[in-house]
Amino acid sequence: MGTTGTPTSTPAPKTNRIGLQVIDYRGGKTTLCAGCGHNAISERIIDAMYEMGVKPERVAKFSGIGCSSKSPAYFMNRSHSFNSVHGRMPSVATGAMLANRDLLALGVTGDGDTVSIGVGQFVHLMRRNLPIIYIIEDNGCYGLTKGQFSATADIGSTLKSGIANDLPPVDTCAMAIQLGATFVGRSFSGDKKQLHTMLKAAIAHNGTVMLDVVSPCVTFNDHEGSTKSYKYMQAHEEPLNEVSFVPAFEEINVDYDPGTTFEVTMHDGSSLRLRKLEEEYDPTDRVKAVQRLMESHAKGEVLTGVFYINSKAPSFIDMLNVTDRPLATLPESVVRPSREALEKCMEELR
Amino acid sequence: MATTDVVPQESSGRLGQQRVVNDMSIQVATVNGSGSQSSNTVLLRSIFQMGVPISGKNLFPSNIAGLPTWFTIRANKDGYIARKKEIDLLIAMNPETAQEDVKTLAPGASVLYDEPLGLDKLRNDLIFYSVPYDKLVAVVCQEAKLRKLIKNMIYVGVAAQLLEIDFAEVERAIRKQFATKAKAANLNLAAAKAGHDYAAANLKKRDPFYIERTDKTRGMIIIDGNSAAAMGCMFAGCTVVTWYPITPSSSLVETMMEYMKEYRVGPDGKATFAIVQAEDELAAIGMVLGAGWAGARAMTATAGPGISLMSEFSGLAYYVEVPAVIWDIQRVGPSTGLPTRTSQGDVLSTAFLSHGDTRHIMLFPDSVSECFTMAQEAFDLAEKFQTPVFVMSDLDLGMNNWMSDPFPYPEKPIERGKVLTKEDLERLGSFARYKDVDGDGIGYRTLPGTDHPAAAYFARGSGHNDKGQYSERNMERINKKFETARSFVPGPELAGTGEANIGILAYGTSHWAIIEARDQLAKEYRVETDYLRVRAYPFTREVHDFIAHHERIYIVEQNRDGQMASLLKLDIKAELTPRLRSICHIHGLPLDARSITDELVMMEGK
Repeated sequence: MGTTGTPTSTPAPKTNRIGLQVIDYRGGKTTLCAGCGHNAISERIIDAMYEMGVKPERVAKFSGIGCSSKSPAYFMNRSHSFNSVHGRMPSVATGAMLANRDLLALGVTGDGDTVSIGVGQFVHLMRRNLPIIYIIEDNGCYGLTKGQFSATADIGSTLKSGIANDLPPVDTCAMAIQLGATFVGRSFSGDKKQLHTMLKAAIAHNGTVMLDVVSPCVTFNDHEGSTKSYKYMQAHEEPLNEVSFVPAFEEINVDYDPGTTFEVTMHDGSSLRLRKLEEEYDPTDRVKAVQRLMESHAKGEVLTGVFYINSKAPSFIDMLNVTDRPLATLPESVVRPSREALEKCMEELR
Repeated sequence: MATTDVVPQESSGRLGQQRVVNDMSIQVATVNGSGSQSSNTVLLRSIFQMGVPISGKNLFPSNIAGLPTWFTIRANKDGYIARKKEIDLLIAMNPETAQEDVKTLAPGASVLYDEPLGLDKLRNDLIFYSVPYDKLVAVVCQEAKLRKLIKNMIYVGVAAQLLEIDFAEVERAIRKQFATKAKAANLNLAAAKAGHDYAAANLKKRDPFYIERTDKTRGMIIIDGNSAAAMGCMFAGCTVVTWYPITPSSSLVETMMEYMKEYRVGPDGKATFAIVQAEDELAAIGMVLGAGWAGARAMTATAGPGISLMSEFSGLAYYVEVPAVIWDIQRVGPSTGLPTRTSQGDVLSTAFLSHGDTRHIMLFPDSVSECFTMAQEAFDLAEKFQTPVFVMSDLDLGMNNWMSDPFPYPEKPIERGKVLTKEDLERLGSFARYKDVDGDGIGYRTLPGTDHPAAAYFARGSGHNDKGQYSERNMERINKKFETARSFVPGPELAGTGEANIGILAYGTSHWAIIEARDQLAKEYRVETDYLRVRAYPFTREVHDFIAHHERIYIVEQNRDGQMASLLKLDIKAELTPRLRSICHIHGLPLDARSITDELVMMEGK
């Protein structure tokens, strides 16, 4: 962290590298249930943005419909936010990034918003590798409509009423990897350190970051028999790697053993280090990543960590070869061709 | 759907009649995918280059290759370019439809046909010209596989000779058509020449139709409405285009890509635009909203089925107040309907597109020129009123070739509406996104990325107060904005003295049939009419005045249920509604004058 204040008798408020306090990253008071995993994720977002020294005005928040999609109102009030329609946040975020490539897009969605109604837009967002941090606050149910199953509910997981889910869950991480996302991982709203670190690395990435964050619904899906409860997660979370992150603006050299740690240099020069908890795992191998995720389902474990990363792939904005200046800010002299251009067009049609 | 309306035909040509100059309708019947489009364009252009006003309309099935397709060319010295039902010269190239095509002709019409079809045996009240196409094409073209494509250019030469079109104009049109392909140009020219020579040596002119050089198209251009719209959007400063392919709108964006690549790439080789093919219409409009919210001039183009899919997002755009431009190139519906046939069938559903109380601004271009000029008006209105604007074109306008005066360079600066900058915020200290500061219902917005701590607001589709916070009121102010729009949308165009008892009210491409029908009514029935061409919704004051000042108002439109009439009835005083009478056509073919004249005369009891 880049705090550079000199010690005085009255300590100055703690600020980050751009001189902002953590309060500058806060939002409105949450209206979600006490203990909701989503609130913890909002806190991690605030911390990560603060520590990375991201200017809040540069961030644009996007969401769809659901409990998770309400949460952008509860963090980063100084960032513009667009709470759109159910399942279609990816297209809105895509349009905004086309208009202004300088924005840092942060999408917050839920398992219902993404995996059921929004699965079509999710697929194409992943394919495009749009620069966006896409967080699924995954609780396996529809909280806002009182606890119906979502498409990430595991087979056999039960509702409060005791009804068990018969259909297989969609693994959003496996899907994202297969479809082309370039930074894919899973975390747990209760795993403060891991989620925090993954979010900081996400900020440094140029491309689609897809994070599935298991986030228990305390009201409708935190009971015995649910596989998305705090208790179940505490018992079944299985980290694939230990994630640490050194931002580009910190000149910290920590020795690490390449035999036990996998280092990825991010787009902005930051360094993502993944200490191997499984010797053979290579987070740049898409095929193995999907295979490992499939194995985790068979074993009944909830695998977390960074599953796949490719920090070299061009983002969608790179591929479009658009001008460096945001399209939204181009003046008339640039976006309206000349009188001569119109005359040439007319001449060709005569 | 049949290409010719099932009505008794009356030809303007008669056996033994005097010369009919620069007034005829030619129909070319071919097979889809046979390369006939180039031939038809060349024939059309040749007449246009002779100085004669023309229109060309492709009447085609929803099919890539193999089904019948018809192309009608109307040449008219008086400038009537609406479709004409009567056919004076049939060029019968399609064996599948030739017999039926010949049977529907009026006595006295001419038929140019492929010799082996033996069509001259079908009727004895027509003028037949036979041409041995296969023999002629074999001489011109050595490569057998190219012959199918070249064969159609032969009829251009034959027709040019029969109608006395200067062959130099045919050559010029061919050179233009194949400007980048010299070999193809030469081959096609040889084919046209072979047809011309054959006709000169073997066909005896028996029909009365002639094209004579005149000067009524000097300086004019030929373009289709979709290309004109694309060009208009480019000059309007559009920066983001997101779309999903759908007939008949696809060519709008495809042409725009061509224009933008040529005129909107900077010296650094980087684009000043982004064009993205979305995964569906929902995503296409979603991207437009995201881009419009973030400050781009963003648009999409679609047709009826796409409009249906855009319904939810259109409501969001209306309520969150995001500018968006949506081109609807209307085709016949409902459902998949008739994708290659024209209509004005989306007017009512688009006016109120989405659930709850929504209303949208619509513009109705009648011409390629208005496709160009309304493009900027659409973007300006969208940004001024921070709302979606729908430009209601149709297949006839979008996909057919129209002649036009050259488009005027946009003199009006681009209007970006009420957007607060960092400097504004420094001066004001704060702002409330949805506050009606100026009393016109339009709030001030900020764009994401504005570098000021007070710039941000929370855009939401849920109820919100002035500051964008959750609340359960705000509907009245948005309606006020819509009322304000009445004074800013393009006003209608009035034709006539304004003193007639009968008013005709129409919009879009119906215009061309109406100007001709009004002349027919005046000349043939001594029925004087005033005519108001509506160019936008919400209706301006002039529209109300027009209805108030006429005893009977005939609303002509290309849909089944009188959608514009319904919209008007919601807007005007209840006691005026009995004055409105609907003349509706929903046959999928471009509207013709005679149909309107006949129906209006019947309704007038004449």
